[in-house]
Amino acid sequence: MKITNKILEKHGIKNEEYESIQKLLKREPNFLELGIFSAMWNEHCSYKSSRVHLKKLPTKGKQVIQGPGENAGVIDIGDEDAIVFKIESHNHPSYIEPYQGAATGVGGILRDVFTMGARPIALLNSIHFGSPDHPKTKSLLNGVVSGIGGYGNCIGIPTVAGETKFNDTYNENILVNAMAVGHAKKNKIFYSKAKGINKSVVYVGSKTGRDGIHGASMASAEFDENSEEKKPTVQVGDPFTEKLLLEACLELMKDDSIIAIQDMGAAGLTSSSVEMASKGSLGIELQLEKVPCREENMTPYEMMLSESQERMLIILEDGKEENAKKIFKKWDLDFVIIGKTTNTKNLTLKFNNKIEGEIPIEALASKAPVYKRKWVKKSLPKKTVDLKKLKKIKLEDALIKILSSPNHSNKSWITDQYDQMVMCDTIQRSGSDAAIIKIHNKEKAIAVSVDSSANYCKSHPSSGGKQIVCENWRNLISVGAKPLAITNCLNFGNPENEKIMGEFAECLDGIKEACEFLDYPVVSGNVSFYNGTNNKNIFPTPVIGGVGLISSLRKPINHKLKKEKSSLILIGKTFGHLDQSCFLKENYSISDGAPPKINLVNEKNNGEVVLSLINKDLVLAAHDVSNGGLIVSLSEMAMNSYYGMKIEKVKKLRNLFEYFFGEDQGRYILEVEHSNSPKVKKMLSDANIYYENIGYTQKKYFEIEGEFKININDLSKMNNQWYNNY
Amino acid sequence: MKSSVIVFPGSNCDRDIAVALEKMQFKNQMVWHKETTLPKSDLIVIPGGFSYGDYLRSGAIAGKSLIIEEVIKAANSGCFILGICNGFQILTETGLLKGTLLRNKNLKFINRDVNIKVINNSSKFTSKYKLGQVLKINIAHNEGNYFTDDKHLKELKRENLIAFKYCDEKGKISEDSNPNGAIENIAGILNAKKNILGMMPHPERMIDKLVSNTDGLNLFSSLLN
Repeated sequence: MKITNKILEKHGIKNEEYESIQKLLKREPNFLELGIFSAMWNEHCSYKSSRVHLKKLPTKGKQVIQGPGENAGVIDIGDEDAIVFKIESHNHPSYIEPYQGAATGVGGILRDVFTMGARPIALLNSIHFGSPDHPKTKSLLNGVVSGIGGYGNCIGIPTVAGETKFNDTYNENILVNAMAVGHAKKNKIFYSKAKGINKSVVYVGSKTGRDGIHGASMASAEFDENSEEKKPTVQVGDPFTEKLLLEACLELMKDDSIIAIQDMGAAGLTSSSVEMASKGSLGIELQLEKVPCREENMTPYEMMLSESQERMLIILEDGKEENAKKIFKKWDLDFVIIGKTTNTKNLTLKFNNKIEGEIPIEALASKAPVYKRKWVKKSLPKKTVDLKKLKKIKLEDALIKILSSPNHSNKSWITDQYDQMVMCDTIQRSGSDAAIIKIHNKEKAIAVSVDSSANYCKSHPSSGGKQIVCENWRNLISVGAKPLAITNCLNFGNPENEKIMGEFAECLDGIKEACEFLDYPVVSGNVSFYNGTNNKNIFPTPVIGGVGLISSLRKPINHKLKKEKSSLILIGKTFGHLDQSCFLKENYSISDGAPPKINLVNEKNNGEVVLSLINKDLVLAAHDVSNGGLIVSLSEMAMNSYYGMKIEKVKKLRNLFEYFFGEDQGRYILEVEHSNSPKVKKMLSDANIYYENIGYTQKKYFEIEGEFKININDLSKMNNQWYNNY
Repeated sequence: MKSSVIVFPGSNCDRDIAVALEKMQFKNQMVWHKETTLPKSDLIVIPGGFSYGDYLRSGAIAGKSLIIEEVIKAANSGCFILGICNGFQILTETGLLKGTLLRNKNLKFINRDVNIKVINNSSKFTSKYKLGQVLKINIAHNEGNYFTDDKHLKELKRENLIAFKYCDEKGKISEDSNPNGAIENIAGILNAKKNILGMMPHPERMIDKLVSNTDGLNLFSSLLN
């Protein structure tokens, strides 16, 4: 077949890229080879626009066993235990086909984790939808939530935490990011690097169908009005088969049969085989007629580009084939030797012994294009809000407006659809600052949280990038965990647009700065560009997934108030930063101005001291102050709990709205037993931490002295109704 | 006491129930669905999960699997059988328990701690509970809406075969405290001989204070009695 411009366009290959392909091959590629280049060179697989910036991120630390570049990141949690985790996007497929898109997003990220020898122990997600009034939002929300639940519930891994946000910016391009966390033994981690020649390359798992062909290329382009037509590029998930694959792989991993293993995710058989060969500086030869197919007459092109789910590629040690086959047969899964490693450094594709395509591995991997795209810096927006010019409202009404808004309403309508308890190690379920998962049969636990702040990132990307890392760090601290490392999912618009590329570069600068300062390295992640439709790009939305360690097990700390008449202490300084706040957005529809400043020194000090107070059992409840400011965080501590509080009259001529709704960073609220209060305050003073006594807990009522008093059940009711009425 | 947990492809609460049984000092064995003989057991547990993916009707394929014939034989000779969640669904598919589990009334998967009331405390499974005791137990299912015909419902009541009903914190049984639409708030039932219990709530998830509570423990200690 002659390669025409139309064919190139369909494959998302630019003319200059096609020239490089010809140079690398020293000839024209055939159709199959072109397909393979398109699968490996697209943005999703090659990171061609992001690579130069990703290099900036700190990826090392004492706690890091494996940083980015493998299927998932691996960290050390002491003893013989390791945690394997990663987050990944499935935005484009989920917009086209919400149930399957979200479900396969979960399936894909789980494979990344168990490929490395870890048993998955927790799932998290960050999902972003357009305005609730947009005609598509409701069905997308329903589809995505049931897809996430459908997969996780069936495979039997608890979905323990997440975030759901609504914003017009996602009207035509929703975000679905899924994170998986697994537990492995430190000395039993499996990697994707091939070693040795003439080793068997084995295909295991589901059969290959025609679903998902060009999925990765689809994810590397913007949407337009014809996006619906891309439905066939979305894969179909089968969590049951994945459960079998998970158990079979973990069973095989008990001995030393595996040299390398790689899941067939984006770009399926192509990327898995190229990846393993590339890491081992080897070649790989596949006999495609042996690939188990579920449809008739599939061509090599279709086999190589299919993104059918629940498949793995394994390179086995000599002589281990029979035993491995037995395990996969037991689980009723396909097990076929489809090729071998070679010393040619080529990807060689044969069909009935005829060579259908041959490409140097390095042309697909290390020689893939890298772009230093142009980008522009964003200046810090000026302060815009003058409260005096705004229509007057009551403090109580402003609070209720926020608590009953879609973004702040109680999310149990969503979380009730996820099995959070299966595996019986979930100590803290969703709804708290972070979820806590016990390490099975061990006296320790991990805490996990995912966070994003698209509004802050849009307003000033580098501040926003810094802020999310800090917020994520704070969320782990608030449940008494020592933050160890993060994974990030970088959701951005079109990188060919200089402004968007600027948002990307600067968000990463912010993330880098915060991660470095907090010793909170990035160990895995994923970049999703081209989130937009018809030149309308989404707000920059980096999502951070953090993992922390609770090294000695105790009843978990969470944000719910525990006792009557205990002291409430606010840690960190309140300046009253209202620009970019929920208060202005929900009450006045204003979203201008700069995000709050981050002071990394205070952030670190405050966090470390809070953690040490929790570890000394001096804290009854803890909550970080984030979106919505102090008053929203306080009400979250009271809602759906047994106790309310009385916040004493605010002194010092402060503006009430700035004080209560300002979104200044680095703050926590602690509930401390009255008798422990002097001790806690002394420790805070000794550590040079700024704090304020703000009040005490009481039964039944949430009360701001001199302003209003409301029954906590009424407050909870207002917080609980939006989803049920939607 | 010897127990066996049947493991189907797609079972996912098999480890959880094994942990609970071992914690209660049962001598437990896992039995793979392709086995054709059962180890000698006093108790057989069919765990929760999505056997064979439940792509057909929940429990339908498991109800026809090789090992299930052995389970039926054991049940008929008086062995105690406990089916939890998907296990309950499978037991209704085999006919060991009557009735069926329909889609939840709200057509959604529900995972939540709910209250259930002990209606029968004279069975081998429930003797350690007090009559009318309110337990807080986790549910996690798509099809937990128990339904049966009038004749069987009358039998259930007459013969005291309803083990648990959904209720509120105070023990009040009403539509508001019914999470899935089950007929008369039924959460678990016994067979006529009272050696088989099927229930939607997961007692194995309630055996550790740190994770949840210990309301499930007495179900296992009742069996040890």
